[in-house]
Amino acid sequence: MTDSGQSDPQTVCKVRNLHHQYGEHTALRGIDLDIKAGRVFALLGPNGSGKTTLFRLLCTLLPIQKGQVCVAGYESGEQPLRVREQIGIVFQAPSLDMKLTVDENIACQGALYGIHGAELRLRRDALLQQLDLTDRRDDRCQVLSGGLKRRVELAKGMLHRPRLLLLDEPSTGLDPSARLKLWEAIREMADQGMAVLLTTHLLEEADKADDIAIMSQGTLIAEGSPSELRAEMGEGVITIVADDASRAELILRDRLGLNPQRVHHQLRLEVDSPAEIVPLLVETLGDEAQSINIGRPSLEDVFIAKTGEAFDL
Amino acid sequence: MTYEACDNLDSRKQKTLPAKAPRNREAFERMSISPDSVSESPPEARADDTPSSHLSVGMAAAWMLAKREWVRFFRQRNRVTAAVAQPLLFWVLFGTGLSGAFQSAGELNFMQFFLPGTLALIVLFTAIFSTISVIEDRREGFMQAVLVAPVGRWPVLVGKVLGGSAIAWVQAVFFLFLVWMVGTADPGGSVIPLLGLLALVALAMCGLGMIVAWPMESTQGFHAIMMLGLMPMWLLSGTFFPIPALGADASIGQWILGVIMRVNPLSYSMVEMRRLVFPEIDFSGSGFAPSSLICWTVTVLAACLTLVVAWHLMRGSRKVDVIV
Repeated sequence: MTDSGQSDPQTVCKVRNLHHQYGEHTALRGIDLDIKAGRVFALLGPNGSGKTTLFRLLCTLLPIQKGQVCVAGYESGEQPLRVREQIGIVFQAPSLDMKLTVDENIACQGALYGIHGAELRLRRDALLQQLDLTDRRDDRCQVLSGGLKRRVELAKGMLHRPRLLLLDEPSTGLDPSARLKLWEAIREMADQGMAVLLTTHLLEEADKADDIAIMSQGTLIAEGSPSELRAEMGEGVITIVADDASRAELILRDRLGLNPQRVHHQLRLEVDSPAEIVPLLVETLGDEAQSINIGRPSLEDVFIAKTGEAFDL
Repeated sequence: MTYEACDNLDSRKQKTLPAKAPRNREAFERMSISPDSVSESPPEARADDTPSSHLSVGMAAAWMLAKREWVRFFRQRNRVTAAVAQPLLFWVLFGTGLSGAFQSAGELNFMQFFLPGTLALIVLFTAIFSTISVIEDRREGFMQAVLVAPVGRWPVLVGKVLGGSAIAWVQAVFFLFLVWMVGTADPGGSVIPLLGLLALVALAMCGLGMIVAWPMESTQGFHAIMMLGLMPMWLLSGTFFPIPALGADASIGQWILGVIMRVNPLSYSMVEMRRLVFPEIDFSGSGFAPSSLICWTVTVLAACLTLVVAWHLMRGSRKVDVIV
């Protein structure tokens, strides 16, 4: 999953030193990103971390204030129309015309990208087939389920064969089976050589991506493949829940020389050999600890380790 | 791969903004095509990269958006019903209700006097209700996809205005046909210029609607502006009561009203429309009778002005894009 076989993945989108401000509020503080062809890149962050701002800048909906976004060789600030030819976008809020049928919606999109006639029919048929929408093509979008709507959106975004596909929270509002289907489709797009960037606040979703960048308060705090990020954490994470977390923390520091991280009532330890240390913890903490859990490091652990805060949804 | 190229690019960008896109492209290519990452050249060379192809893609997009307005109109049955019933209702109710209180329209009874005003009302309402859809499009999200398309803004304007004014125009023509069947008016040969004038007024109204709708966040705001600005504009165009003559014996109130009504471009369209609907009647004796040439000129100018202003608004305001 971490490497989809591309030995020399080509960078489709390059973001350098990107800043953005809404009045006094700073939403982005210097973002650098490389998004490569054939890979799924997840932008993970809690609400308010700046990922939507970054997304809007990438899809040219917001003017670039400082920094650069280059997509397939075109600079966003200077040739936004060119950049738009290279990107396909699936918004979080549906961009379908509910009064039009699936076919008409896609034709509408085609007109906006200069695709019509036989070419349009050919591409549309192929996409509907690929996304399993063929038998719903004459239905008005208002009668489609959430999952189907999202797939029509995907068909719209894919129609002009963009080099970079941007998806804003694609799984929001979808049931598990619809999510699975959506991910199959996304994976297929990436396998065809498209660079895919998606934003998400769901940890398990980010886990399916090839590359992850974790955002917090307008900066990237970690970047890498899911396994790389986890590898930084050591073999395991021990979570201790204590009634009096500060006293437990003191005990761990003074008596065991450990350096736990405190998050609310929890103490967290990243260790390489949890099996060895747990008996020691049980012995030392005694009744201080309500529970001691061992787990393999998750992305949430990465987030907590980097920010010192819980991944707040 | 070095990132300095991009940084250099950045610092250069601050100094010289215009006309250096190609250089930036090269710089970017140098940056992205380092020896260890052999990549294809940026976008494949485009054979269709001419202004005329941009225009044709834009026109195709505009045409599609205009068509969409039609499809949406006919798929919302209540809109179709209202579009036909409302002007008829207005005309019959106001016409019969007010005819007793009305005296000074020369040879016309009020039903006849009010007829061009009803035509204008149809155009005004329909044009405005189709441009209001810009706000809905933005709220429903459809507009997002249009705004990030590589065609720019003008196809959105052209599509909306063409679609909306075509609906308004057809509706007005339909109403005119009904009136002709009843026998209230018989424009005869002047029906051709009349149709042209209606189309122009429809374009101007749609342009005006776009000016109002584009910066709006909510349809409520639009309705407020409509009641405050657009309805008075219609009322003060000689549709409902004649434009007072500004003679020596005119009162101050008549002067104020008269001046406002003469400044209103719609007044000129209405004078000409009345002439064309009732070609057999001579209106030169009525208070306000500019020549046909002036009337047409004002109407054309108004249409051009509203469309140009609307275009400027749409190009200029990127802030409204993020209102979802």
